[in-house]
Amino acid sequence: MGVTYDEVVWFSKTFGLFYLIGFSALVLVYVYWPSNKATFERAAAAILHDEDKPCR
Amino acid sequence: MIGQLTRTERQIALVILICVAAFGLAIAAAGKDDPIGAHGWLIMVLCIFGVFGVISGYFAPEPSEERLDSYYDEPSRVGIVLSMAWAALGLFVGDWVAWLMVDPALTFDAAWASYGRLRPVHTTAVIFGFGGNALIATSFYVMQRTSRARLPDQLSPLFVLLGYNLFCLLAVSGYLLGITQSKEYAEPEWYADLWLVIVWVTYFVVYLRTLARRKEPHIYVANWYYMAFILVVAMLHIVNNLSVPVSFGSAKSYSLFSGVQDAMTQWWYGHNAVAFFLTAGFLGMLYYFLPKRAGRPLFSYRLSIISFWGITFLYMWAGSHHLHYTALPQWVQTLGMTFSVMLLVPSWASAANALLTLNGAWHRVRDDATLRFMMVAAVFYGLSTFEGSFMAIRPVNALSHYTDWTVGHVHAGALGWVAMITFGSIYAIVPWLWKRERMHSDRLVEVHFWLALAGTIIYVIAMWNSGIIQGLMWRTYSTSGTLAYSFVDSLIAMKPYYIARAIGGLLFLIGGLVGCYNIWMTIRTAPRGVSEPSIAIPEAPLAVIPGRPGAAPQSAE
Repeated sequence: MGVTYDEVVWFSKTFGLFYLIGFSALVLVYVYWPSNKATFERAAAAILHDEDKPCR
Repeated sequence: MIGQLTRTERQIALVILICVAAFGLAIAAAGKDDPIGAHGWLIMVLCIFGVFGVISGYFAPEPSEERLDSYYDEPSRVGIVLSMAWAALGLFVGDWVAWLMVDPALTFDAAWASYGRLRPVHTTAVIFGFGGNALIATSFYVMQRTSRARLPDQLSPLFVLLGYNLFCLLAVSGYLLGITQSKEYAEPEWYADLWLVIVWVTYFVVYLRTLARRKEPHIYVANWYYMAFILVVAMLHIVNNLSVPVSFGSAKSYSLFSGVQDAMTQWWYGHNAVAFFLTAGFLGMLYYFLPKRAGRPLFSYRLSIISFWGITFLYMWAGSHHLHYTALPQWVQTLGMTFSVMLLVPSWASAANALLTLNGAWHRVRDDATLRFMMVAAVFYGLSTFEGSFMAIRPVNALSHYTDWTVGHVHAGALGWVAMITFGSIYAIVPWLWKRERMHSDRLVEVHFWLALAGTIIYVIAMWNSGIIQGLMWRTYSTSGTLAYSFVDSLIAMKPYYIARAIGGLLFLIGGLVGCYNIWMTIRTAPRGVSEPSIAIPEAPLAVIPGRPGAAPQSAE
């Protein structure tokens, strides 16, 4: 076994914090990356097109 | 339904049904002296009906290759009908339970009709029956349209839908028989849980296979929410239901966890059921049906991605706020409280994004009750997420916990947000799915809207009042340092609010029944609209408003 309660708490209070911040930063970079703007705008508009057939 | 399956799929369907029927027979035999035996028979009989159903359509001509030129909407149609049937049952039992609080004699001296058995019938029927079926039905619909790909085969989506309904049926009938593992929102016992794992993993695989076949390079944000809903619910369900049955012939099982770990696992599950079942999936609905109905693209697609990851990251840690002032370590309680407060940011971002999408379409909100359902849902989403963050703060929770305030909060979310967005989406999707020009009666949609809104407001305000009075009565001391009121004193003080709540629930139920009738009539009698090609999706009746082109996104590169 060897893993104590204190060790788990230490891990979650350190690593847990940093991976969450790191992950959030990654998301923000992805969202605001300039070349992604066009993709997002296209996606937002695409659902409004009235096609009703799968693309084959 | 069978006519849409290929010959091979019909054979596989028969094999599955026979295997599950044999399994049911085995359970019935092993559990002949246990309540589980009844479930064995139920499974077997339902599967035998299924076998006859498949055989009756077995020699029908196979679907032509042309089917691949259209989306596969049969599971969505069946899902919407089942969803409304569960809504009628769930809302009816809910209101029955509400009247039971007013007059306890309404159990009619029957064990199955006792409060403790009826209440989970209500919660399961509305959350999993009504909400779950609507989520499955709309997720198939949205996934196909946004990916421009047909579902990978005809059988597995039907298996998911019908298998899921078998789970719901086992759950609800089990409670009436007294079968429960007494974990909130996870009451069904081990065998039903195992069945749901099979069904849910198939659901996930169907979704991934459709995604793999997509023709759109970018995955539309609604699908992210649906995917999070499917994936996380699988995780939660499996971990929280880890247990060891007494025997294969017994419905009873014991959880792998005990004491405070059990409580923490349960509320990690319980709160994330709120997060990923009742929020993520329905946000997926919102992000597709609201822009579509309003004829405007999302206010900010970027914001929708940020709120997606915000909700996914933060909700995971919020569950411990259900266990304030318990044996749970103080720091875990504080963690849950802090994350719950932070959750307000992505929650309000989603609500604001939805409402700002409506800028420029408010005249439609005024004229179209379907869109108004969605708008009110976004408002209640904002309201109840604020309330949730607030109630998670430890000192506030000291007043609110164990009182009707919690019940009021849950229903602000469940009636105001979840049910409103579902009804809005259903009224939008029904004419599209059945190729009708519009709903049978727009006026009845309007009637449903006002009944639902009035019912919700009456319900929630009654519970706010009674909850805060309860909380205050339970913490009022006399000059000699003893409690000023007994529990029964507070119960008597609640009676007027319980009557008001039951009336609010009744209005909501009547609204739901009006909806069932309207949808049924649309399916049965409305004339066929213009058939497919070019503009297959009939616009809302309001598309005729002069000077407002239906859908005109400004920039598409």
